[in-house]
Amino acid sequence: MQHRRRTEVITEVAIEWLIRLCGISAIVFVFGIFYFVFREGSSYFFHGFNIKEFLTSIEWFPSSESHVRYGALALIAGTASVTLLAMLIAVPFGIGAAIFISEFCNQKMKEFLKITIELLAAIPSVVWGFIGLTVMNPLIIKLTGAPIGLNVLNGGIILALMSVPIIVSIGEDALKAVPDSYREAGLALGVTRWQLIYRVLLPAAKNGLLAAVLLGVGRAVGETMAVLMATGHAVKIPTSALDSVRTLTATIAAELGEAPVNSEHYQVLFIIGILLFLLTMTVNLAADLIVRGIRSR
Amino acid sequence: MTTTPSSPRTAMFQRTSFTRRKEHAEFAAKMIFLLMTLLMVIPLVLIVGYLVVQAWPILSLDFLLEVPKRGMRAGGIWSPLLGTIYLVVLSLVIATPIGVLAAVFLNEYSRESWFTRVVNMAVVNLAGVPSIVHALFGLGAFVLFAHIGKSILAASLTLAIMTMPVIIASTKEALASVPMAFREACWNVGATRWQTVRHVVLPNSISGILTGVILQVSRAAGETAPIMFTGAVFFKAIEEGRIFAYGLFDQCMALSMHLFTISTQVPDVPHALPYGTAVVLLGTVLLVNSLAIILRIYLRSRKKW
Repeated sequence: MQHRRRTEVITEVAIEWLIRLCGISAIVFVFGIFYFVFREGSSYFFHGFNIKEFLTSIEWFPSSESHVRYGALALIAGTASVTLLAMLIAVPFGIGAAIFISEFCNQKMKEFLKITIELLAAIPSVVWGFIGLTVMNPLIIKLTGAPIGLNVLNGGIILALMSVPIIVSIGEDALKAVPDSYREAGLALGVTRWQLIYRVLLPAAKNGLLAAVLLGVGRAVGETMAVLMATGHAVKIPTSALDSVRTLTATIAAELGEAPVNSEHYQVLFIIGILLFLLTMTVNLAADLIVRGIRSR
Repeated sequence: MTTTPSSPRTAMFQRTSFTRRKEHAEFAAKMIFLLMTLLMVIPLVLIVGYLVVQAWPILSLDFLLEVPKRGMRAGGIWSPLLGTIYLVVLSLVIATPIGVLAAVFLNEYSRESWFTRVVNMAVVNLAGVPSIVHALFGLGAFVLFAHIGKSILAASLTLAIMTMPVIIASTKEALASVPMAFREACWNVGATRWQTVRHVVLPNSISGILTGVILQVSRAAGETAPIMFTGAVFFKAIEEGRIFAYGLFDQCMALSMHLFTISTQVPDVPHALPYGTAVVLLGTVLLVNSLAIILRIYLRSRKKW
């Protein structure tokens, strides 16, 4: 048997190592993101940062001369309110659309709708923000009589449209994963499609649908440009859908440019980043575990 | 459904009020779900249509090729357009090899183990990190720690890491769709693992990989937050018509950033200008995505195995 040439063997080994290196790159990047974001905020985090004030105070006065406060509760409330409204709209519509695509459509229509949803998902967030600013803003003022149209309602609708595609596509996967024998058994008993969906498919696919919703939440919480442009800039806890708010993400985007490097303010913004990182990580991992659980069953 | 109960075909099965109610419920459900679906399709059409109508007076070749003038209140979008192209191409060059090789590792070199599960989770996680956190990371790691400074390079690196999961996911899917028999045949004639990957697996999944790359392009072109603090600036004067106007360590303008700037930061911008910018950005992204979709449909139609 002919031996391989030495260079060939070396290339093979080298390439294998390169591939391994790239393989673990995702892990490196995730830890790198945590490390570098935390690193920028760490010196203040360990010296003087008041985590209780950060989580419970609504006083966000980062650039005040005498009364500097870093209370992020209003920002958290901003993120929560916009996300909540977005989910109230996106979940029923997303799951409804997933049901329609998976159960009521013929092949051609299905293809068409999936492409449309993919294109909807592709619209850049800054364009969504621009739509919020130029289309939704005057529309909301006109319809509700609110003094300003950049508010929770505006951001919520925009975020709903942005997170609906992911809910539809994951939700449709979940419905598709329900074995056809379930459907056949139901139809053999003479139930209608609607009864089948309501009594059989939804209970059977509920984990997958939950994962879809979680991924939608993750998307909505992390969205930056659209909420920056569409929710107004009022740091306060909203009392109605027509109040302007500011989210965690928008705060970073709006203030990082003005905060001097390594100042307390600058470091607090990085701590907000860590909070966002942990928040979305929890949501995404939960969704991933649920999906994986379904697949292994 | 339109046949009456007395017609011969349904004579045996009289429609009771129960079945009729069932059918009504079914019909109502179908219509409601259809409506819900349409309410998602309609915004896309309306948005694109509205933006194009508003931008129509300004759209021309000159709009693309002129640099912004008079404090971005006149002229075209050449400098941001060029900046976006730089960022996209550079991030593509960085992300593609790493992303493809990472997928090769996951699909060809590793067995199902706790380690690959961790890698897969990391990919999922990376895809879910908010874009503004990527911006913080890019600022902390590339701009400050690595001393690259705010530059096209730092912004592209940030974009590359952000968009890598897209490439990994679609490459993995493409690799997984190559039948095992192809690999076994190759191993049987004495090829090594890398030779198999290089000459059999990759060529057979190249179009799937290409789809991922195209989607990466669309994603990278549209992102604003990650480049905001790592390399994109509000305004930078460049020479009109020059293609190599930016250097690797220069800051640059970008389309997405430009749209944000002229729609929120600059007063008295003529009405059509931001619309024109939005249409160019949206048009590019949708066009690139359509390309990926067409490629995928074409692939599915000619798959031989």
